Amino acid sequence: MSSNNRKKLLLMGRSGAGKSSMRSIIFSNYSAFDTRRLGATIDVEHSHLRFLGNMTLNLWDCGGQDVFMENYFTQQKDHIFQMVQVLIHVFDVESQEVIRDIEIFTRALKQLKKYSPDAKIFVLLHKMDLVQLDKRNELFEIMMSKLQEASAIYGFPDLVGFPTSIWDESLYKAWSKIVCSLIPNMNVYQSNLKKLKQVLDAREIILFEKATFLVVCSSNTSMGESLDPKRFEKISSVMKNFKQSSMKLKSSFKTLVLNDNIYVSELSPNMICFIVLHRNDDPQDMVLENIKKAKQYFQ
Amino acid sequence: MDGLDSKATILLMGLRRGGKSSICKVVFHNMQPLDTFYLESTTNPTSEHFSTLIDLGVMELPGQLNYFEPSYESENLFKSVGALVYVIDSQDEYLSALTNLAMIIEYAYKVNPRINFEVLIHKVDSLSEDFKLDTQRDIMQRTGDELLDLGLEGVQVSFYLTSIFDHSIYEAFSRIVQKLVPELPFLENMLDNLVQHSKIEKCFLFDINSKIYVATDSSPVDIQTYEVCAEFVDVTIDLQDLYKNNEEREMKSVSTLVNGVVIYLRQMIRGLALVALIRPTDSSTATVDYDTSIESCLTVMDYNIDIFKKGLENVWKHAKVLPEENERSVQQDQFQTAF
Repeated sequence: MSSNNRKKLLLMGRSGAGKSSMRSIIFSNYSAFDTRRLGATIDVEHSHLRFLGNMTLNLWDCGGQDVFMENYFTQQKDHIFQMVQVLIHVFDVESQEVIRDIEIFTRALKQLKKYSPDAKIFVLLHKMDLVQLDKRNELFEIMMSKLQEASAIYGFPDLVGFPTSIWDESLYKAWSKIVCSLIPNMNVYQSNLKKLKQVLDAREIILFEKATFLVVCSSNTSMGESLDPKRFEKISSVMKNFKQSSMKLKSSFKTLVLNDNIYVSELSPNMICFIVLHRNDDPQDMVLENIKKAKQYFQ
Repeated sequence: MDGLDSKATILLMGLRRGGKSSICKVVFHNMQPLDTFYLESTTNPTSEHFSTLIDLGVMELPGQLNYFEPSYESENLFKSVGALVYVIDSQDEYLSALTNLAMIIEYAYKVNPRINFEVLIHKVDSLSEDFKLDTQRDIMQRTGDELLDLGLEGVQVSFYLTSIFDHSIYEAFSRIVQKLVPELPFLENMLDNLVQHSKIEKCFLFDINSKIYVATDSSPVDIQTYEVCAEFVDVTIDLQDLYKNNEEREMKSVSTLVNGVVIYLRQMIRGLALVALIRPTDSSTATVDYDTSIESCLTVMDYNIDIFKKGLENVWKHAKVLPEENERSVQQDQFQTAF
């Protein structure tokens, strides 16, 4: 395996912001409810995750207490901030010390500029569920403009941010975007998917990573259809729940056919495709055969 | 059983802060268990109506009132209900609740001896496994003693350990509702027939909205199987909603797992869905003709379930017009020969 396939992700943010909860939900099949049992992370917790077969994500979950934080920026700075591909910085929207939060963010950016200037930066405004519905957007805009300002100074002008919460689908959306930014041969998947869509005459096809059910890519259906814009995340969370419940039968999910027009099936050892057809009178055998044939293009 | 009213009614009682409204919201309104923290205290008797296989009324009484004041027409109330569900908070001191329960049972039994008495030992999610059983034994013992003192040793009281954070509350309600379905033996018989002829391991007849099962075949219920089937109903509904066409169709979904288990869902009448767990291959023969056996099994399933559905429709059509026992058993016989 070439070193190119190892990606180092830093997960930072102040204590209690919800970093370990995110990691546990996305990568360790925790339910949102289970995360209450997580304790504080001591120093840095490393986890190595295989993603799409040949990609390894090294997730560095950095404990956020001030003692550790100080350490990261002084003694350990070259160790922590070297060869970073992605920085994911988590902000607690309920935090009382916003100024201090941003200060830590800028300190991290400063180190990154020095040690790995090509890193991609993502910020997550977490625990959005604690903010009233009508205030969420406004709060997000204000916070983002502040962070954008701060990051531009340190040479990272295109900052990407997401409002997230562990209690809805927003977490999947954010992580899908983050992880997708690391996949090198995205265009191949995209074009293969388009071909498959033509062959099947499908309404929509979505490709999911198998272990995490994060969206890898989708055939874009902007044909005037009014589909739920949050459907990807919803499918992720529905399918993940189903995956978990199938574990109770000591097995794992293989295929699902719903009303003869939604097909969910494995496409490769690490991908799952979600196909929605226009009609429901296509013979099932034929659709399944087509999926089988498509498998070789997604290895 | 249903007295003057045509629908079966469940009466939900208990001391204040026992969790009665939360139970109602979680089971019948799909509220998230955590959101129930913010429920206000109930001040008036509330009654709601759900139409599943049977018409079900759920009446909730506020805990802090005394029902033996003459202003409440408690006599009429108890006459009209089929089941009395008493909720005990297991995390709290429960002695006063037990005294209250005994008083209620004494009164209700006098008015209507046909009431099913059900006791939910509630909020057990934070108790350890040992402590759960200890609590249950203690409560059963004390209730028995209290009833003995009142000279009511013949009264049947059922106990359930429940929590809204797992499926135990649905399981308990399923059993309670099932006691109110007079047609239950026929349904079970039909399901047993279906199971025998289709390689089904276990099947449930679910109410789609509440995930309560109104009937299952006679093999023992394993809570995990129930959970998987209930969650499959959710998966099916959620995915269907995302890509809904304008046309309303009967829901049908089939999922295969890696170890060959098939979960099968078909929509039936009256907001019900049949969910079945199928193991098409024995572990001994699971080799070459693996795929074909699933397919043939599904074909047989489809055929049998069509017949089952017709049977269900027939039973219900006639149950509405002529609710006599013999009429329904005739239908049942016809159905059996159809297999």
